[in-house]
Amino acid sequence: MAGESATAGSPAATAKGPVPVAGAVGKGGGGRRAGNPARRRRLAEYRFVAGFLAAPVALYAVLVVSPFLQTFYYSLTDWTGYTADFSMVGLANYARLLEDELFLTALWHNVVLLLVLPLVTLGLGLFFSFMLNVGGRRRGGAVVGGVGGSRFYKVVYFFPQVLSVAIVAVLWQYVYSPTDGLLNGVLSGVGLESLEQNWLGDPDLAMACVMAVMVWANVGFYVVLFSAAMASVPREIYEAALLDGAGRATTFFRVTLPLIRDTVQTGWVYMGIMALDAFAYVYIMTTNQGGPDNSTLVLPVYLYKRAFRDGQAGYATAVGVALLAVTMVFAVAAMALGRRRDRIEF
Amino acid sequence: MTTAEPAGLPAATEKAARRDGAAPGRAAAPGGPAPARRGPRGGGPGEGALDLLSHGFLVLWAVLAAGPLLWAVMTSFKTSEQILESPWSLPDALHFENWSRAWQTADMGQYFLNSAVVVAGSLAGTMLLGSMAAYVLARFTFPGNRLLYFLFVGGMSFPVIMAIVPLFFVMKNLSLLNTAHGLVLVYIAYSLPFTVFFMTSFFRTLPQSVAEAAMIDGASHTRTFFQVMLPMAKPGLVSVGIFNFLGQWNQYLLPLALNVENEDEQLLTQGLAALAVSQGYDGDWAGLFAGLTLAMLPVLVVYVVFQRQVQAGLTAGALK
Repeated sequence: MAGESATAGSPAATAKGPVPVAGAVGKGGGGRRAGNPARRRRLAEYRFVAGFLAAPVALYAVLVVSPFLQTFYYSLTDWTGYTADFSMVGLANYARLLEDELFLTALWHNVVLLLVLPLVTLGLGLFFSFMLNVGGRRRGGAVVGGVGGSRFYKVVYFFPQVLSVAIVAVLWQYVYSPTDGLLNGVLSGVGLESLEQNWLGDPDLAMACVMAVMVWANVGFYVVLFSAAMASVPREIYEAALLDGAGRATTFFRVTLPLIRDTVQTGWVYMGIMALDAFAYVYIMTTNQGGPDNSTLVLPVYLYKRAFRDGQAGYATAVGVALLAVTMVFAVAAMALGRRRDRIEF
Repeated sequence: MTTAEPAGLPAATEKAARRDGAAPGRAAAPGGPAPARRGPRGGGPGEGALDLLSHGFLVLWAVLAAGPLLWAVMTSFKTSEQILESPWSLPDALHFENWSRAWQTADMGQYFLNSAVVVAGSLAGTMLLGSMAAYVLARFTFPGNRLLYFLFVGGMSFPVIMAIVPLFFVMKNLSLLNTAHGLVLVYIAYSLPFTVFFMTSFFRTLPQSVAEAAMIDGASHTRTFFQVMLPMAKPGLVSVGIFNFLGQWNQYLLPLALNVENEDEQLLTQGLAALAVSQGYDGDWAGLFAGLTLAMLPVLVVYVVFQRQVQAGLTAGALK
């Protein structure tokens, strides 16, 4: 990658403060007489730093940091959200979580999403990007290359990624529509009427349908991401593997995958965090926002309904804290599992 | 700590593109791979069939990815009766009246404008405040620098929904609920973590000497930033700008929770989701699909024109 120059440059830039500072520190300690201009310069610099940071830090503190911290506080109260008064109830909300079947259902659905979605999405992403970048090799003069038209595929695969999740969810709601949807229309068109389903209306199918949409929407991102990573693998490595008689599967598992491992790991974390959200997909697409029969309920939707529909703001924030805990466990686990010591530099 | 290296990214994508560009010579007919594709070595008789199979998957996924979108565009030209009759028959004529109905009667035009106003404000604010904070954090030493940096960057790993309940009441107490400028501020605040993370690592890669030269010439810190450093950071600003534009334009949860009072102040994503419900009751499927297409097409057109920058911008954070 062209990052070498940047990596070489950055430590130097980090270590060095602005040059005036380095001078000022020495002189400033020396005494008043000598340090005056330097000190004035240093003061001006602090004023500049404070001026530049004031607005972003204030905004961030009020609208991001403080709500996050308040979440922990409110999770210990019985606050409804309708009135200003509430009382502390200790850990009662958390005790209630453990016995709340809807919460456990939602949590289970998020865990299923967490296990299935990254596996399927990254698997497809790796397969397609390998085909586009390396898989079409051994043709003509080029030793290593993608299949023809790989630029076109990448553009098309990425389409769903630029659309709002709201658009995707509305669109698929109608693809799945039992009476006039595309899916049933296609099935009957090719003579497979027996496979027609009430897709989102069937509690046994609805969750799978939501997952399919999330996979559909995200594969393109990983194809592009992994393609960029694969493009930075030096061609000589592939040529060496080829000379040793490695087949396509061997090349993928023994050469490509180990070399882009870091990117795959980052992608895994990204997709896992997406699986723990799924808010807009479920909220817009499914019947009764999580139905039918709570078969698609996920934690963010449950939180939202508890807070803004049922007037249980305190309890909803406890759900939020639980969601954070799951996110943290996942992130730490993904990082720990993916760690390896023999880092490959190329 | 992962450090994004924006400079490396376009190069990588370009490399890939160049490789594609070299393809026409060896790419056979688009219909499928030619039988003689077996390599000089290693590829057994299975290789040709495997080639066909895997190319088949690529085509299949292209159809899956684009199919529903094309179907929505096509359906937006049909009448509601035709839609009910058969979901995948071609329209008998181009019923553009669906589009004007969606734009005016269903208020999609208004929603579009609302979204445009909010995102214009929030994008400008995000880029300005984000790069100001990032510049200071990247190039100046002062007590608390590291703390602030990790406070910003830490925001990337928290689920936004977790803060939504207290955020609602913070907004309410500040009289920012249900206002466009309130949404602008929230969008800026929640875009800062990635923007600061990305731009900090970008400013660190810029050479120190230019800023020093400007300072020696008597430029103030502020002037150095706006007239020297910011122009130099343009490639990074473009990447992170595209990322923020799409993220803010496509935002659904924040407006859903914080912009609820007036129907005609809704944003495009909210309006579309509401439209899906109401048009469903009215049976105006044609109007709904027209609205969907109207919401979809501008972003897709922008993407097709700037595909390389968009792909680079969106994957920038995950690549190193």
